[in-house]
Amino acid sequence: MQNKSLKDWFIERKKQQKLARPKDVEIDDRVGELWVKCYNCGLQIPKKEFEANENVCPECDYHFRINARTRINQLFDENSFSELFTNIKPTDPFSFVDTQSYKSRIEVAQEKTKLNDAVICGKAKIDGYKLLAAVMDFDFMGGSMGSVVGEKVTLLLEKALETKLPVLVITASGGARMQESALSLMQMAKTSLAVSKLNDAGVLYMTLLTEPTFGGVTASFGTIGDIIIAEKGARIGFAGRRVIEGTIRQKLPEDFQTAEYLLKYGQVDVVARRQELRSILSKFLAIHSK
Amino acid sequence: MVLDFEKQVSEIENKIYELKQMSQNSGLDLSSEIKILESQAYEYKCELYANLKPFQKMQIARHTNRPNFLDYVNLIAEDFIELHGDRHGADDRAMIGGVCHIGEKSVMLVGTQKGKNTKENLEYNFGMPQPEGYRKALRLFEHANRFNLPIITLIDTPGAYPGIKAEQTNQGEAIAFNLKEMGKLKVPIVAIITGEGCSGGALGIGVANKVLMLEHAYYTVISPEGCASILWRDVTKAEEASEALKITACDLLKYKIIDDVIKEPLGGAHMDYNETAKNMKDMILRSLSEFDKMKGEQIVQHRYNKFRKMGVFI
Repeated sequence: MQNKSLKDWFIERKKQQKLARPKDVEIDDRVGELWVKCYNCGLQIPKKEFEANENVCPECDYHFRINARTRINQLFDENSFSELFTNIKPTDPFSFVDTQSYKSRIEVAQEKTKLNDAVICGKAKIDGYKLLAAVMDFDFMGGSMGSVVGEKVTLLLEKALETKLPVLVITASGGARMQESALSLMQMAKTSLAVSKLNDAGVLYMTLLTEPTFGGVTASFGTIGDIIIAEKGARIGFAGRRVIEGTIRQKLPEDFQTAEYLLKYGQVDVVARRQELRSILSKFLAIHSK
Repeated sequence: MVLDFEKQVSEIENKIYELKQMSQNSGLDLSSEIKILESQAYEYKCELYANLKPFQKMQIARHTNRPNFLDYVNLIAEDFIELHGDRHGADDRAMIGGVCHIGEKSVMLVGTQKGKNTKENLEYNFGMPQPEGYRKALRLFEHANRFNLPIITLIDTPGAYPGIKAEQTNQGEAIAFNLKEMGKLKVPIVAIITGEGCSGGALGIGVANKVLMLEHAYYTVISPEGCASILWRDVTKAEEASEALKITACDLLKYKIIDDVIKEPLGGAHMDYNETAKNMKDMILRSLSEFDKMKGEQIVQHRYNKFRKMGVFI
């Protein structure tokens, strides 16, 4: 080992700290009115430049988490998206109360996101290719899957079965929605069974896994795509980092459960930067269109 | 192992035992006193077990003496031959399966296996399958599909194993792929939650035409402990979480998540293995007979429709 000066050691340490991947699901992305501060490298970015760069840091290529509306605007042909199943809303079948009631959590999330629940479905186009899309929104109760997410995704898959249009599901989810208890668990079966029908009918089903995708979504419609794309830097896994650390009492590798890690272990077809997504999806759609 | 709420019962039972000993040794006739005590104990037990709280049921479901998969194999199956391995490098001991007869029927019997002591628990990984366990199960399901064998799955798991290797070998996909592929099987599937039915790890072999539960088993999207630590940020709130999650057979039957409940002997399945197994076997055979006249495609559609209906929204 080389001897390092104390100064070098500090510089290196600081560098590592800067590059360290965020470990928890809660990321403190600071998007201000005019400026955006990069969570990863600390760079101050003018908001206009940041948005033109699809919410990716121009310096370190850190991909900010984006909500469903932003994703739709960035990914699909301009004005091509027409929303489906807009009238389906969550309710509270078990009168679930933890430190807050589920009812009030729903209200807060709806107010914050202006969404009914954690997914938007619709018809869309990429480079003129028609497709059906579901886009999850992590800002709505951590993108958790309850009855509404399960129902809307299933309706979309059934529409694909009927129309033979290819499907793209973009995931961003902490997992099943605990407040809907076993009903949310059953959404995993419901959605996966709908995918099995697409398999039989030879309808293309693609998933794009984005920051973060865990638990019930990973263990259902997220990972059974004919094509699975993971967005650069996204953290994707079955069990959460803390659960695994608590079980095995070992430190986990730094890149554990990142898109790149999944690629190394053969779990996804492609890891793509945000700016490449349109062209990659367009090619997949072209190649699979008959 | 005596559970907290069982203490009073065991005290009365000990008293009865002592009285019996005393009457034998001394020649005193205490039979009428003993009879009264016995009937009191019985009444007390009936009331106790009819009114168990979810958290208490959970303790019974996790009881170390509770019958495990291999116990049920011994008690309900004949000619069981275990089929090992996923054919891709592993034989997960937490997931066991094989062909056998149950009554007159030739079936594929698959389930998660738990141990009763530390040595066994290490061998069976506390009933927590790795991805290769789910893949082995699917291999057996597909075999059953080819040879028209109905599938019975017995579920008793605290969840799919959360570990580094499990993530590397794609635990999420192993479960998801099973959910999807179970949708294509043209033979009837009966799934029984016999103890713990936790989360995707349970559902991974649970996409069935009939889902049954033992009376004191529990089935949930997340363990009450996990739920408490996430939503309450306090694992000691597990009891509250167990109430909120509606994990009992009775609740899940009401919400049509499961189709029927299999009765357990007074005190729980561990009190009488034979009676539990008999009730289970009867229910399996009755459930399978409902599909005798259905064609493969109808069975597939029956399963699809069953899960398609699940979900509550406005």
